[in-house]
Amino acid sequence: MNEFQLTAGEIKKEDTGRERLTSSLLERINAVEDKIKAYVIKPAPAASAKKNSGLLGAIPVSIKDNICVKDEATTCASKILGGFKPPYDAEVISRLKESGAILWGKTNMDEFAFGSSTENSFYGATSNPHNLNYVPGGSSGGSAAAVAADETIISIGSDTGGSIRQPASFCGVVGLKPTYGRVSRYGLIAFASSLDQIGPITKNVEDSALTLNVISGYDPKDSTSADIAKPDFIKALGKDIKGLKAGLPKEYFTSGIDPQVKKSLDEAISVLKAKGVEFIPISLPHTEYAVAVYYIIATAEASSNLARFDGVQYGYRQINKEGIIGMYRATRGNGFGQEAKRRVILGTYVLSSGYYDAYYLRALKVRTLIKKDFDDAFKEIDCVITPTSPTAAFRKGEKIENPLSMYLSDIYTISANLAGIPAISIPCGFTKEGLPVGLQILARPFDEETLFKTAFSYEQATNWRKVKPKL
Amino acid sequence: MAISKEQVNYTANLARIELTEDELNILSRHLDDIIKFIDKLKDIDIKEVAPCSHVIPIRNVFREDKAHKSLDVKDALQNAPAKENNFFKVPKVIE
Repeated sequence: MNEFQLTAGEIKKEDTGRERLTSSLLERINAVEDKIKAYVIKPAPAASAKKNSGLLGAIPVSIKDNICVKDEATTCASKILGGFKPPYDAEVISRLKESGAILWGKTNMDEFAFGSSTENSFYGATSNPHNLNYVPGGSSGGSAAAVAADETIISIGSDTGGSIRQPASFCGVVGLKPTYGRVSRYGLIAFASSLDQIGPITKNVEDSALTLNVISGYDPKDSTSADIAKPDFIKALGKDIKGLKAGLPKEYFTSGIDPQVKKSLDEAISVLKAKGVEFIPISLPHTEYAVAVYYIIATAEASSNLARFDGVQYGYRQINKEGIIGMYRATRGNGFGQEAKRRVILGTYVLSSGYYDAYYLRALKVRTLIKKDFDDAFKEIDCVITPTSPTAAFRKGEKIENPLSMYLSDIYTISANLAGIPAISIPCGFTKEGLPVGLQILARPFDEETLFKTAFSYEQATNWRKVKPKL
Repeated sequence: MAISKEQVNYTANLARIELTEDELNILSRHLDDIIKFIDKLKDIDIKEVAPCSHVIPIRNVFREDKAHKSLDVKDALQNAPAKENNFFKVPKVIE
């Protein structure tokens, strides 16, 4: 066993591998990073342990490049933030530093988290470690690929419509989107403020719970941060799941699901049944509208949040002869990539005079119905179980020319963001092409413990996490 | 057509994004597909439904009216492409 393959839980328990851990990871990065391209900024060789005590003492944690680290380049994988160095740490970074974690480089992503494949990066695409011709998913594709390829122990991502869970599913690792309000977004470069949430991507469920213990909790600097009690999430691991009621929404198991994904799900359901989980067919009737609602609300909020990138305060500026408006137009026209332009213009359109009621306001109302679907379902059940994505990873280039088909690949992950509920993706099998399949569990707001105990119980009964990519 | 090229061009200008002719053509086609897709929301009866602006019960958050440390001007300006004294510098606004 090489040190770079260890989990944070193993390193803490055995107290082994610490001396060689960072050098082992650096050797691994040297060996595989040219193929994967998981990092925008690779970890510095000097990055070393400050202290071994603390919840993540001396554990390397890589960071998605839309999270601010003081005085270190933060690009959002965009040309427009070239040269930007944040003057402060994001709250999750302060908490990670406090826990003794080693900040382990900045990971690649779709520009401003706009995408599901990590192909929309100014710094080039990331590859899926299980097959380099396939995408790692997105937008936190660099984080998921870095964890799957053992280039880091833990990574921190962000999830607006599935950007942690879908890449975790495509790369065969564990991805958690906590409840909206559970983790402070202070210092996360905002995409859609009513949907964004920061969470961990890890090799197993234990590391996910451990990381949430560190990064969650009330923060007065984020006005949407929830001021509620924070349990010790590690204590949920190993709890009995006998008698747990899991809903299977019929709208998620339709003709749109790949037969190999369906087969893996059916097998996972059998495993959970053997553990005493009771499965109940349910309906989430507004599921078919979720993608449309999402792409109105998310782009509307993005068009507002990205107004700040105008050549005045940060990074890139392009001057022309047409005064200040010309500078804005040229800076944004040249500084944003194609998907960013598409989303900002779509968001501006749905908010513009004459279209606001027809699109934006209507989408907010349908969002109420989608949230109510879950509220009603959770009166009868403890969690919902679905595939994370209708297919395994797709080929690079397959969807990039057809944005709508890319948007539809988020169909199973988007509802959790619209409803604000927590959800986790864990590995549950492989296709015959050797690509990972993910199982998604969703629970009531602030009930991450149900996610952890269910995911942990399933994980311990299976061996999917031990299947490493051949690199 | 759900959206015309002229509407896309107008909206791009509202968003202060300069587009090349090629970009405008491709974007118009993509946005037309996407808007046709999101038009499916027109099928739902929403007369009695309130809009969802927050998924968790939150109200406006106030802090105490006490001075506390915030970013230095120097730090706030450290990323500006152009600055002068304690200000961001931009092209002339008023002719």
